[in-house]
This record gives sequence, C-alpha cells and structure tokens, in this order.
Amino acid sequence: MLKIIDLHAKVEGEDIEILKGINLEIGKGEVHAVMGPNGSGKSTLAKVVAGHPAYEVTSGQILFDGEDVLEMEPEERALAGLFLAFQYPVEVPGVSNAMLIRQSVNNVRKARGQEEFDPLEFEDYIADKLKLVEMDNKFLDRSVNAGFSGGEKKRNEILQLAAMEPRLSLLDETDSGLDIDALRIVSEGINSLRGTENSFMVVTHYQRILNYIKPDFVHVLMGGRIVKSGGSELALELENQGYDWLVKETFVNGEAK
Amino acid sequence: MSRLTEAEAVETAASRKYKYGFTTNIEYEEFPRGLNEDIVREISRRKDEPEWLLEFRLKAYRQWCEMEEPEWPNLHYTKPDYNNIVYYSSPKEKPKLNSLDEVDPDILDTYNKLGIPLEEQKMLANVAVDAVFDSVSVATTFKAKLAEAGVIFCSISEAVKEYPELVKQYMGSVIPANDNYFAALNSAVFSDGSFCFVPKGVKCPMELSTYFRINNPDSGQFERTLIIAEEGAEVSYLEGCTAPMFDTNQLHAAVVELVALDDANIKYSTVQNWYPGDENGKGGIYNFVTKRGICKGERSKISWTQVETGSAITWKYPSVILKGDYSTGEFYSVALTNDFQQADTGTKMIHLGKNTRSTIISKGISAGKSQNSYRGLVKIGKKAHGSRNYSVCDSMLIGSECGAHTFPFIESGNSTSSVEHEATTSKIGEDQIFYLQQRGLDEEEAISLIINGFCKEVFKELPLEFAVEATKLLSIKLEGSVG
Repeated sequence: MLKIIDLHAKVEGEDIEILKGINLEIGKGEVHAVMGPNGSGKSTLAKVVAGHPAYEVTSGQILFDGEDVLEMEPEERALAGLFLAFQYPVEVPGVSNAMLIRQSVNNVRKARGQEEFDPLEFEDYIADKLKLVEMDNKFLDRSVNAGFSGGEKKRNEILQLAAMEPRLSLLDETDSGLDIDALRIVSEGINSLRGTENSFMVVTHYQRILNYIKPDFVHVLMGGRIVKSGGSELALELENQGYDWLVKETFVNGEAK
Repeated sequence: MSRLTEAEAVETAASRKYKYGFTTNIEYEEFPRGLNEDIVREISRRKDEPEWLLEFRLKAYRQWCEMEEPEWPNLHYTKPDYNNIVYYSSPKEKPKLNSLDEVDPDILDTYNKLGIPLEEQKMLANVAVDAVFDSVSVATTFKAKLAEAGVIFCSISEAVKEYPELVKQYMGSVIPANDNYFAALNSAVFSDGSFCFVPKGVKCPMELSTYFRINNPDSGQFERTLIIAEEGAEVSYLEGCTAPMFDTNQLHAAVVELVALDDANIKYSTVQNWYPGDENGKGGIYNFVTKRGICKGERSKISWTQVETGSAITWKYPSVILKGDYSTGEFYSVALTNDFQQADTGTKMIHLGKNTRSTIISKGISAGKSQNSYRGLVKIGKKAHGSRNYSVCDSMLIGSECGAHTFPFIESGNSTSSVEHEATTSKIGEDQIFYLQQRGLDEEEAISLIINGFCKEVFKELPLEFAVEATKLLSIKLEGSVG
C-alpha cells in the first residue's frame, strides 16, 4: 500500500538532513509502529508522507498504491486516503468542528464519486463516530481545537480519522500527553477502525500505546535511518532496555554502520 | 513542496479579475468639470430644487472652501484634483421614471450583471431596491407595497419634492454640513441617494436595499442617504457598491444619516466592493464616507454592519450618538485590504444618555502590501451614568508585507460607567493551512474557512443572503495571497 524508497529530506531552506535514506513498506491491513528517541526523525517521516510544506524531499520516492505521492498536494494525498493525526492539532477559531468535518467528509465523498451528505445525513453519520471516541454532540459545535484540553484534541483527531475513513493513518505521537483513560479511549477507537483494508503507522516514543494497539511490525528510527525492524516483541525489548543498546550496536564513532 | 511556483502564483493573481469591472455604454447629459458656486447652482437647477435646498448647498460649499482635506488618517494618497471632477453625471434619459419598463435597457442589463434583484419577480426575495447609477436614482422597486405599510422609500430627489418638510427637518441634523471636509463637499454637490421614512409603530415589511454604481470615469459620486425611524419603528437597510475598472482614481464621498426615535430600531448593512485598483496600486476608488446615526429616543437602537473589501482608499467611521437613555449602538465591521489598498476605518460611540450601551466588533484582514487601520472613539459623557461599552479589535495578517494598526481612543466622563477593550493580532500560518489541507480542503477552501471563522461574529449580523455574498467576496479577494 505504502512504499518508501531511500527517502532523504531536510527542513526547507536549511542544509541539515533529517531523513537519511528511509526504506519502509506497509501492506494492506498492517499496523506498523515507528519508534525511536527524540530527534530521530519519526515525526518528520510522518509529516513528509503527508506533505508538510516545512520539509523538502531531496531524493527518494514515496508511493501510495503505486502513485507518486511527492507529486501530490497535501489535500490530494488526504483525499486519496492518507490521514495524519497531528502531534499538535492546530486551532481554527470560529470554525465549528461540525463545519470542518462535514466539509472534509464531503470532499472525500466527492473524490470517491459519492453523493455529498446534507446536514441531516451528516448528523446521523457523525453520531456513530462520536460514540467511538466517547464524545457528545456538543463537541461538534465547539471551534476546532480552540480551548480543547490535550486529551480532547487527540480524541478530536481520532474523530476526524473515523469520519474520513482513510486507508492509511499516520498517528504522530497520538499517545503523548494523554492520561490513562484518554489513552484507552483513543486506542479502543483506533482498534475498532482496524480492518483488512486499512493500515496504520503509529509513531511513538513509548511502548505504552502498543499495549493497546498491537503492531504487526516495529521499526526503530535513529539518526534518520531505520536501524532495526522486528515484530511486536521488539517494542518490549526497547521498553526494558531503552535505546542505548541499539545505539551501541548501530553507531561507530558517531556514524551509522 | 506544496507551494505554488512563482509562475503559477502570477497566473493566479492575473486571473483574479475584478468581476464587476465592466462599463456600460450610455449617453450622459453633459456637465462641465470643476467646482464653483455656479456649478452648485446648476446642480440644484437641473434637479429643480426649492430655494432652501440651494441655500443649504451654497452654505456648505462656502464652508468647504474654508476647510482643509484631513491629514490625520493613516493614509497616503495623491489628493484628488477637485477641479477636474464632473460633479453631476446622469444617464441621458427621460427624467421621470414610473416603472422599470422605462429604464434604459443597458442600465437594467448592468444591474442584471451585478446580480441585483431589481426586477419585480424578485419580490420573493423580499428586497426593495433603490439603484443609484452614477448620480441619479434609476428606479425604486416595490414602492406600492411599501406605501401600503406606510413606509416611504424613494430617491432623495423625489423626497425633496414629495416630502419637503421631512427632508428639511432631518437633513443635516445628524451630520452638519461643516462636520468635515468630505461631508461639506457632499452637502454642496450631492446628486441623489435614498430616503426612507418608517412611521410610528411600523415594522418595515421587507429589507430595503440600495445599489450604488459609478460608471462614468470622470464623475464623482456624492450620494446622500437619510433614514428616519419614528417611535417603535423598525427597518433593516442594505447597501452594496461596485464600480468599473479605470486607471484613474474616482471619488466617492457619501453622507448617510440615521435618526431613531423612542424604541426605534435601525439596522444598516454595507457590503462595499468598489474597484480597489490593480495589483500595482493603479486606479481605484477613493471612498471618503461620513455615516452617523443618532439614537434620539429612549431605548432606541442603531446597528452598523459593514464588510469593506473594495476601494483604493477607505476613510469611514460609521458612528452612533447615544442621546436617548437606555439606547444601544452597535458596530460590526470586517475590513479587508489586499495589494496596495489602504483602509482607515472604525467608529465613534458617543454616550450622552443614561444607561446607554455600545458594542464594537472590528475584524481587520490585511494581505499583500496593504495597510489596515482601526480608528475608534468611545466617549462617555458626564451625564451618561451607568453606561457601558465593549470593544474587540482583532487583526489578521496574511504574508509579511502588510500592516495592521489600531488607534483606539477612550474618554470616560463619569465613574459609574465601564469601558472594555480587547485586541488581538494573528497571522494565518502555514501550519493552519496544512492542517486543513490534510483534512481534504484545498488551499483556497482552507483560507476561506479560516477567514470565515475569524469574521463569524460580524457575518452573523448580516442578513442571510448578504452573509453568503460577503463570504464569497472575501474568498475571491484573497485568492492567491497566501502561500
């Protein structure tokens, strides 16, 4: 479904390379966890796949169902079924959640050649999605993320994810800043959205969320490269031993092997 | 990577045409350029005016001659050459029109292009329209239906003939001829405009609307609007403005006066889209307008809502004098400037009566190389005990070459009143746009959503169809300005 080939990227307008040759393949229905210490490039990877304008791809390829993602605008990627749950969801004052989500859902439906929802149809549609993240209707009338608590913002991301029905969801540190109840709600929401047709890439520091969302594969990112891949047991190993042993295994004199 | 290339950006900007920039080929009655007492007399003569009105004009003209064009606004422009303007421009046609059938089909065609509901079929829309073409009021629809309710809605020229006592009593009572430079000029040479009188206890059965259009490149437009709501009367009035594109700057200096007696309620909404000049700052309308209402009676209310998107220069401060006890004044404004546009706009709330209330919500959006200033005065008089004002001034910047400025003035004359002022400045950020793009909105939809959110408190004050138009207008104006 997603194929990343030797991807190099840097911050737009700067010389420091952050991604230094990422290779990753995510198949249909799979859940991949991408772990790594601070500054390893995990979040950058998610943002580059989604098309964040702050980053420039200097070489390599990203293919989504064989299509060249790098040629697509961010909204084209979104409408093709790529969703990024933000680490820091952005506030849009004065715009109600309902207004944004309805426009998102209708744009997705248009792109798929389906009829757009009228406001009443949308209300029915969104009611089920709200239950997933245990939020009530009032949530829809509030301005997008404005004045939301950290946990509410993350739940709102999952609500939008559920509403847009993407095929590949990139969760960028969705677990950070969540208390244990919110983590459970968010994880259960995500689990209920898992299926044979849609895939997830879970970017995280901690193994904690992976107790709830069982990954099929775990990748460790360090210094802009994937230095180790394995099954879900790799996450537990990291939890027990930290990243240090990998650093020693991977780097010699500060350079990756 | 999602950025437009420079070539694409140029293309987008070039394709963003001013939609209303067409001219209509109509013969105009000839009138000499320039301004002197003879010109003033000639305007009055052509309009067949009574002696008192000619005197009003001449006095204003003499006062204007003594006055200086104001230098205090935060505006930089070449002052108009007042001797090179045609002060009276009237489509050559039969002077008196009784129905739409008699209007020059070219003019009707113009109004159709503008999408103005001028035809009777638009009765459904419940909007009565007085259309002012250059200087002369072309037709007023639904006069009969309004008359049934006792509402007078006609051109000011007609009002001078039919209801001279009302006009004489109120014209200049809110904005004296010597109030300021542009008001004095208007008082001397005003050509036409709208008049509305809603008698005691009557709620005007439909929205009233005026559409202004400047068609002649050399003519100024000096319309005058007078609205009177008697005790307990209610009226909602809409005004829209467009002009063709010319390289030269055209002058628009209007005067609008509102009078609300006891328990009366006047709502005045404007969507101003005069030609702003091209992307290099050439041409465009100078919009120098004086608007003021007086809440003369107790518990009366005047509400100004404006969406200012056009004009090269805007100088405009719709104000309310809160004379009656318990009266209310409101000002809701969205002012958008792009390219080289400059706006210096705001309001004055003058609290004189006891327990008076005023609310000011101002939203300024600056893009391109434009400069956008809010200027406001809240004055609480000594005797205005228990009065309250609440002001919010928010500015939004798009890009890094524009400017937003606020000049709030507060004078409080007693200790039982309160004045609150809040101000914020924000920037449409890359992150905000990317977030919305990630939710499947294209850049334009994203900007339009952000702007709508920013302006929501003002848009909700507009009548529905105007709110839709205003939303579209802002999106069109901002096309290609972010990224």
